[in-house]
Amino acid sequence: MALIKDILRTMDYGPSPESSDHVRAWLLKHEGGFGPFIGGRFTKPRELFDVFNPATGERIARATQGSPADVDAAVAAARKALPKWAATPGEERARVLYALARHVQKRERFLSVLETIDNGKPIRESRDIDLPLVARHFYHHAGWASLIESEFPGTRPVGVCGQVIPWNFPLLMLAWKIAPALAAGCTVVLKPAEYTPLTALAFAEICIEAALPPGVVNIVTGDGETGAALVAHDSVDKIAFTGSTEVGRAIRKATAGTGKKLALELGGKSPFVVFDDADLDSAVEGVVDAIWLNQGQVCCAGSRLLAAEGIADALTSKLRARMARLRVGDPLDKSTDVGAIVAPAQLERIERLMRAGAEEGLEIWRADDALPNRGSFYPPTLVTGAEPASVLMREEIFGPVLVSTTFRTPDEAVALANNTRYGLAASVWTENVNRALEVAARIKAGVV
Amino acid sequence: MDQATDRALEGHNRPRNPGVRLDPAWFESVGVNASAVERRAATLTTRRSVKKEYQAAWLVKALTCIDLTTLSGDDTPERVRRLCAKARRPLAGDLLAALGLEDAPPTVAAVCVYPTMVPPAVRALEGSGVPVASVATGFPAGLTPLKVRLDEIRYAVGEGAAEIDIVITRAHVLSRDWTALYDEVAAMCEACGPAHLKTILGTGDLKTLRNVYAASMVAMQAGADFIKTSTGKEDVNATLPVSLVMVRALRDYRERAGVDIGFKPAGGLRAAKDALAWLILMKEELALPWLQPDLFRIGASGLLTDIERQLDHYATGRYSAAHRHAMA
Repeated sequence: MALIKDILRTMDYGPSPESSDHVRAWLLKHEGGFGPFIGGRFTKPRELFDVFNPATGERIARATQGSPADVDAAVAAARKALPKWAATPGEERARVLYALARHVQKRERFLSVLETIDNGKPIRESRDIDLPLVARHFYHHAGWASLIESEFPGTRPVGVCGQVIPWNFPLLMLAWKIAPALAAGCTVVLKPAEYTPLTALAFAEICIEAALPPGVVNIVTGDGETGAALVAHDSVDKIAFTGSTEVGRAIRKATAGTGKKLALELGGKSPFVVFDDADLDSAVEGVVDAIWLNQGQVCCAGSRLLAAEGIADALTSKLRARMARLRVGDPLDKSTDVGAIVAPAQLERIERLMRAGAEEGLEIWRADDALPNRGSFYPPTLVTGAEPASVLMREEIFGPVLVSTTFRTPDEAVALANNTRYGLAASVWTENVNRALEVAARIKAGVV
Repeated sequence: MDQATDRALEGHNRPRNPGVRLDPAWFESVGVNASAVERRAATLTTRRSVKKEYQAAWLVKALTCIDLTTLSGDDTPERVRRLCAKARRPLAGDLLAALGLEDAPPTVAAVCVYPTMVPPAVRALEGSGVPVASVATGFPAGLTPLKVRLDEIRYAVGEGAAEIDIVITRAHVLSRDWTALYDEVAAMCEACGPAHLKTILGTGDLKTLRNVYAASMVAMQAGADFIKTSTGKEDVNATLPVSLVMVRALRDYRERAGVDIGFKPAGGLRAAKDALAWLILMKEELALPWLQPDLFRIGASGLLTDIERQLDHYATGRYSAAHRHAMA
């Protein structure tokens, strides 16, 4: 134990690990592996794949690689449950959604620790961001369910929804997909990402506890092949997908001409525009939230910093000072800012892109903190002097890497912001509200 | 205690801030984004956590940064003497033993009183190394004539106050009369002589964060050694967002003028948890030197008791009632 008189000298934060005993116990209980959740119960585990804790590299669970037969059974269960669920009055569906929300809240600590162990994100984020939002989504859509007859008269459920979600916000993406579908009276077959299936499986347990009618929610784990089987299934009415642009394209092709409805939420390379009259210290904090939240593994991450020439140097020097304060390490420690990259494959992808950037001669800066010696970690990184043509300016890195360049005039800022194949999100930093409104209207992005 | 703390407690190991010429360009172009500041302030304490022996050490550190204060109409020399006794020896022997600090028992950073209470305070603290700070300049409103306010400073310094906490004329900020504000603070700095000057901005009266930034910068340009949030008598006293803006101003001043300025939140810090929040703010936005009493003070009276109770909890595992700790 450290001595108080020594700590008075260093004023270190010291360790403050979140307890994970209850999650370890739960994982131990399911040591035999997780089967798919079909028709209100877990079926037998088969053909298991390993699930890892990215912060340590250790295997924490095994889940079933969902076969076409599993997908078939899940879709059949959803189809069977559909007529009754769709005919259930909105108020009653609301009651079930409220129950799900309360059960999520009741197990908030368990779910946030599980999410952190499965995904590698800091416990602060899963505890303060992911889980509260998950509960709120269920509450919010419970409200809509009870209002559906008066607010959306004459509408009817789409039917069976096939939902494929990513690994960056596993349970939150599940909530985004499942809550509105259930509110509308649809039934669901959900495939979580193969890196992070555990909170979805814990949610399946919650569905049982909350007395959700069997078959309304079905969860089939597995990799892209399982997802492809779900997308291709004849009896699915709608596909909802969040993930990479590449896979989104493949899904668009696969569903074209089938009459299936489709919702895609794909990648981004969002501009973060800082004008010379911005509050630079606040803009720096904005950058921290934009690119170092969830290790930069956020589709709407503000990964392109566009700074006015006059303040660019001041801004990057403030940024470097702030980066030196970011704590990279054990995601379960409550003082960690940046956790682990979800999987070695993703880490390699980031490293590959950064090598390409280095070959182009870009200036790459990192704070010189040591990384943990095991697990998949990548340090917060700042790339300066990038050109619009640089590979790091064009490609979505999906990691904690901020790429910056400068502009001279508002027109040039807008042109640079729009110079991308993406267009998901953007942010504009100025203390001049007229400029903010004008520039925001000219940036072509879904959310500014 | 570490050496930096030792030195800081011996008095002022830092030279006075020489100040610079009034230059509105340092602050007039600076915008403060209020919602972003509030967001940063709200997440500062959720991003960091200090537990167990680290928490105990941080609380001891907070204790050594306290300006133990009494500023009431009913203050008497005897009351001040009692406060000083507490300042000399804030922690009981058993607690010191449990913390492993018997060899170097901590004291608070200073005792802060009204000018007429300086003589009894100086007498009571003789030989303890704890300096006496005095409020001055028509505290808390600061609206007496300038000559009277300057005389008050000279009186307090003459009676042995080593630090002077002045209040600015808030009207100068609200009417953006930077020259008047600069001249006033500069004159007060001069009146202080060797004593260190803490400038109270009265942020609860200034209302906007831009006013806070500008007033901070003018005070530092005029030669303030510390900038301090509040008198403790405003409707709203020290808050984290206001402190964040002041600390950033201090950082900007340091970059331009090369001088380290201290920061003192005052008023409203009552719980040990508040003290931790402000220490986290100092560590995250500045660095280790600003966790020492020569650059960081907390103006408080009730806070000490809560820190004692938390330390007692660390030592025994149980929460004690306030009456188990010697009152100030």
